[in-house]
Amino acid sequence: MPIELKNVSYTYMPKTPFERTALSDVSLTIREGSLTALAGHTGSGKSTLVQLLSGLLHPSSGAVLVDGADLSAKGKEAKTARRKVGMVFQYPEHQLFEETVAADIAFGPRNQELPPEEIERRVRAAMEFVELDYETYKDRSPFQLSGGQKRRVAIAGVLALEPKYLILDEPAAGLDPRLRASILRRIRRLHREKKLTIVFVSHDMADIACLADRVVFLHDGRVLLDAPPREAFFAKQEITAAGLAPPESVSLLMKLQAAGLAVDAAAFSAEEAAAHIQKALTARRKGGGRPC
Amino acid sequence: MLTDITIGQYFPGTSFLHRLDPRVKIVLLFALIVAIFAFDTPGAYAALTGLTLCLAAASTVPMTLLFKSVRPLWWLLAFTFLMHLGGTPGEVIARVWIFDLTWEGLVKGLFLCLRLVLLILLSSLLTFTTSPLMLTDALERLLRPLRCFGVPAHELAMMMTIALRFVPTLIEETDKIMKAQQARGADFTSGNFFRRLYSLTPILVPLFISAFRRADELAMAMEARCYRGGNGRTRMKEMKIGRPDYAATIFVVLFLATLGALKWSGI
Repeated sequence: MPIELKNVSYTYMPKTPFERTALSDVSLTIREGSLTALAGHTGSGKSTLVQLLSGLLHPSSGAVLVDGADLSAKGKEAKTARRKVGMVFQYPEHQLFEETVAADIAFGPRNQELPPEEIERRVRAAMEFVELDYETYKDRSPFQLSGGQKRRVAIAGVLALEPKYLILDEPAAGLDPRLRASILRRIRRLHREKKLTIVFVSHDMADIACLADRVVFLHDGRVLLDAPPREAFFAKQEITAAGLAPPESVSLLMKLQAAGLAVDAAAFSAEEAAAHIQKALTARRKGGGRPC
Repeated sequence: MLTDITIGQYFPGTSFLHRLDPRVKIVLLFALIVAIFAFDTPGAYAALTGLTLCLAAASTVPMTLLFKSVRPLWWLLAFTFLMHLGGTPGEVIARVWIFDLTWEGLVKGLFLCLRLVLLILLSSLLTFTTSPLMLTDALERLLRPLRCFGVPAHELAMMMTIALRFVPTLIEETDKIMKAQQARGADFTSGNFFRRLYSLTPILVPLFISAFRRADELAMAMEARCYRGGNGRTRMKEMKIGRPDYAATIFVVLFLATLGALKWSGI
């Protein structure tokens, strides 16, 4: 069963001079097992959309259905539905508060009133998943850890809830390239090994290209484009409107195309791009040096 | 929703009141408040009420919003009214338990309530038409003469400005932390008082940490820009007193003089 948004609109501070419509009439379906990227510039409604997906905001009109249950409804069904969605905010390390790493990760499961053994199992599993050694880190204060470790603890805190759907708002923001790569690698592992359905917000087209199987561009509270990344990156107009830039490899290859080299521009990493260029060059040599 | 809170109830606009110099507004408000207490004849009340209503209309602030600012003081008004109704000697209308409700008390109570309402309305007109930052700037300027008595006018104003600047930021932060913890299943609304208080820890700890971090960063940023207190500082937007300000001042002075003249001549 999927997450469905049906004609969802959201307005902040309605009926005041500060009224602002963040989303208007958005319909989306997040299929189970998919890995969707959300992109758009500041104020495009991304953050509002992810909060609606996780039931933290309720739409001004329309409905958000998780496995068929309306998130804004009252009652047990909606509560269970909300629990299925895990949400990792931007800079999640800012929400750490407990005295020890293990206690902080256990906060979520504790709120679900699970038995102590189950809580410990989940904390262990979550820490293992984010590659923090349980015995070494469980009794440390989260405030003494490095930035990257803090972020991993915070993500583990959400994973310990064992959600079916995971939503991440710019999970790699503010990290150095190495940590960034390791966070993205973990997201892919979550998707492949734990079969989580994932939605993540990102500004980086290269990240989107290497992770997502679908990308949704938002602009002024509307869906501008909804396509697989490989197609999306050639929709130049939409990319610019969403305030993004195509991955560097794609723009390089497109420049080569413009200069007359018959090269396939759909390459999303340096290696892939190199391979494409090589192929194009070989083909050109065989074809007798004729451009295109 | 937490983010729906507006700070200092400023209502943006371009009316005459919005355009007046904030210093002039504060001084004139003060004069009018003194007048409300100094003149207690029915004629003076009518004139002051009329003036307040005219100003309210001129401010373009919706009346419903203005009267909302009176609502929190409803209890005070009711209490004042009842105290006077039951505690003033005079012609008895009715007797409730040990209290004599008198005609004089009724009139006095009503007038006092009117006074309070006018007071609140006028002060809220100031805060509705002046942004908090302009208010602190004006206060700094007005307090400056007191510096020779050791009043740290600039520092006080800077503190207020920083506090005001960070209220929305911290509200946003609180909202974010609350949502993050709610996403982890935190519940802030059920249980008894102590349980609820305890359930605030996951919000308060991160909030304090972030407040300290921000304070540190701000101090660093200010120092990096060579901030060293108010001495010799100039400002980018100088407050200027213009023709509307003189007009408003002259009007209020004449208004008060008329009321004073009427009072002394015994009308």
